Amino acid sequence: MTATATLTRPATAAADSPRPLLEIRGLEKRFSLSGDFLEQLKFKGGKLVREQEYVHAINGVDLEIQRGEALCVVGESGCGKSTVARTVMGLLHPTSGEIHYDGQRIDNLSTQALMPYRRRMQMIFQNPYASLNPRMTIQQTLEEPIRLHHPDWSRQRVRDQVDEVMASVGIAADWGKRYGHEFSGGQRQRIAIARALAVDPEFIVADEPISALDVSIQAQVLNLLMDARQERNLTYLFITHDLAVVEHFGTRVAVMYLGRVCEVAPTATLFATPRHPYTRALMSAIPRLEDDRPQHIRLEGEVPTPVHLPSGCVFHARCPHANARCRQEVPELIARDDGSRVACHGVEEGRIQ
Amino acid sequence: MSLLEVNNLDVRFALRRGDVKALRDVSFTLDRGERLGIVGESGAGKSVAAFSLLNLIAKPGYIAGGSIRFDGQELNGMSDRALRRIRGNRISMIFQDPMMTLNPVLSIGEQMIECLKAHRRIGRREARAIALRKLEQVHIPSPEARLDQYPHELSGGMRQRVIIAIALLLDPDIIIADEPTTALDVTIQAEIMDLLLELCEKHNVGLILITHDLGVVSQVTQRMLVMYAGRVIEQGPTREIINDPQHPYTQGLMNALPQMATPGSRLNQIPGSMPSLDNLPSGCAFHPRCGFVTRPDGSERSACRTRVPEFVASGNCRVACHMVAEMLDQERIPAEETPR
Repeated sequence: MTATATLTRPATAAADSPRPLLEIRGLEKRFSLSGDFLEQLKFKGGKLVREQEYVHAINGVDLEIQRGEALCVVGESGCGKSTVARTVMGLLHPTSGEIHYDGQRIDNLSTQALMPYRRRMQMIFQNPYASLNPRMTIQQTLEEPIRLHHPDWSRQRVRDQVDEVMASVGIAADWGKRYGHEFSGGQRQRIAIARALAVDPEFIVADEPISALDVSIQAQVLNLLMDARQERNLTYLFITHDLAVVEHFGTRVAVMYLGRVCEVAPTATLFATPRHPYTRALMSAIPRLEDDRPQHIRLEGEVPTPVHLPSGCVFHARCPHANARCRQEVPELIARDDGSRVACHGVEEGRIQ
Repeated sequence: MSLLEVNNLDVRFALRRGDVKALRDVSFTLDRGERLGIVGESGAGKSVAAFSLLNLIAKPGYIAGGSIRFDGQELNGMSDRALRRIRGNRISMIFQDPMMTLNPVLSIGEQMIECLKAHRRIGRREARAIALRKLEQVHIPSPEARLDQYPHELSGGMRQRVIIAIALLLDPDIIIADEPTTALDVTIQAEIMDLLLELCEKHNVGLILITHDLGVVSQVTQRMLVMYAGRVIEQGPTREIINDPQHPYTQGLMNALPQMATPGSRLNQIPGSMPSLDNLPSGCAFHPRCGFVTRPDGSERSACRTRVPEFVASGNCRVACHMVAEMLDQERIPAEETPR
C-alpha cells in the first residue's frame, strides 16, 4: 500500500507546486480487538496459538491540504473520518504511513518535539458538553492553552490574549468568571472555538463541530468558523456527515468509505458531477426541500464490518456496477481532468459515466 | 370529523420552583391516512406534544388542560386500563434510538410475540406467523432467521426496521415517530423514510413525524406544525410552508440552512437562542430574536412585547405573529375599499 502510494505521489506533487501544509501518506490505523497478550492465546488443534483480530479503521489514506484550504471529509459512521482527524492531531498513532506538516514528518516525533506543532494545529470537538472541563471557569479554560504554549508570557499578556480572542468570537467579557454548565450548546461551542483560536493556530481540525447543535445555532457557529478563516487565514480539516454543510463550507471534499478515500474533488466539481458510485448514492440520499423528489439510489445491503475487510474495492458488495475486477483489485485514486481524483475501476474504464 | 383532534393542550412539569409550562395551547388535527410533521428545535416541545397524546408524560409532568379526541373518545383523563387498549394497538410509537427501544435480552421474535399477546388472545404459533409477515412487510431479508436473533446482532438500520414492524403489528390507525432517523446515517435514513412512507400509504396509516430536519418533513409529510418554546407558531400544508414560510422564526429556520445561501457566503443566522421554558419572554416568545419587532418605518410594534399573538389565517396556513396579522389587515382594507 505504502509503496504504491509513494509511486503515484510525485505526479500529483508536481501538479500543485506549493508545498502542502498537511500531507497524509498511506495512512493506516487498526485497533486491536483481542485484548492483551494472554487473552490472545488460544488452544487450537493441540497447539497454543496467538490470535489477533483488528478493526481496520483506516486502510491507506492519502490526502494533502494546501494552505488556506477547507478540506471537508465526509462519510457515514464507521468510515474512519474521525480516526483520520485524531491521527493527524497526534491523538492516535498511525499503524503505518506518514503525516507531514509543513514539510516536517510529525507522526514519529516525541511529545516534546511535537509541542510547537501542537500550537500551530488545534482541534474542535463534536460535543461541547464533553470537551469543556466542568471545574474550570471560562477564563481558566481559555488561559490554559496560552500558558502551556507560552510559559514565558506575563500574566497581563495572557489576559490580553484571552480578552482579544473572546472579543473575536463574540463572547461577552463577563462570561470569563462563569463555568461551562451555565451555557447553552451553541455558546459552549463558541467557547471551544475560542480555546482553539487562543494560541493563534494556522490549522484547525474540526470533528463534526456543529452536528450536536440546533439548526439556527449551526448557522451561527458555521459563520463564526468562516469569519475566523478569513480573518486569521486558517486552514481547515473539517469532518462532517452533512453534505449541505460541506457544499457551503468546503473548498475541497474527500468522500470516505470503510477506511478509504473513494473520491476527492473541488467542492463545486463534486456536487456538479459526482463520479464514484458511493458518492452518487450518498448525495442522492440527502433529504431536499424541493418538491421534485428524485428517487434516491438504493444501495444493496449495509456497510461491511471493518473487522473483515472485503477483497478488492471496499464498496464492491453494494455497488451496482461491480464486476470481477472490482472484487479482486483495490482501486487507486486516479486523477481526472476536472481536478478530481476517483478510486473506481468502473470510472477509470469508462463503464460508469 | 378528524381521526385525531387535539385542542388547547396544556402540559406542565411541576417543579419545586413552580410549574414549567412545556406545552401551551397546542391544537391540531390528523385525518385518517394523513401524514403530519412536527418541526422545531430542541426544547420546543415537539416530543412532549407527541408523548402527551398517549399520556406518556412522566412525573412531574402532567396534562394540565385541553382535550385529545381520538376516534370519538376523549383520551385526556381516560383510565390507564382503557388507555392501554389504544396505546400500541391503535396508536403506536417509534422512538429515536433503535438501540434503546429494543430489549437486549429477548430475541426479536419474543418481543414481537409478547406485544401481540399483550393485546390479543392469540396463540404463540399464530403470533409468530403475524410477526414473520410484518418483518416481510418492512423488507427485512431472511425474516425467519431474524426472529430468533437478538437486537445486538442487527445493524442500526435493521433495528429501526424491526421497530417499525413492531409498531405495525396490531395494524394501528396512527404511528407517532419521534425523530426515527436522527441516529442513523443519511443513506439508511433515506431507506427508512421511504419505508415509512410506503407503509403509511399502503395501509392508510396516519403518521405524526417529529423531526428537526426540514428536508425530511418536506419529503414525507402533507401538513406540518412549527413549534417554538412550547407553542405552535405556524401550521399548514407542508409544501406551502416550505415554499413560503410566513412566521419570522420559520423563515429564519429555513434561511439558516446552508443550502439556502451561496456557497462560501455567510449564512443568515437567527441571533440568540431559544429561551428556557421557565423564563419565557413576555408577549411573543420569539420577539427578542425577531427582526420584525420594529416596523419598516422605524416605529415599534409594542404588541410583540406585550401580547401573545393569536393565530391568523394566511392562505391555507395559520400563523401566530403580530407582524403577519398587521400585514394581512393592511392588505384587507384597500381590497375592501376599491370595489366601492
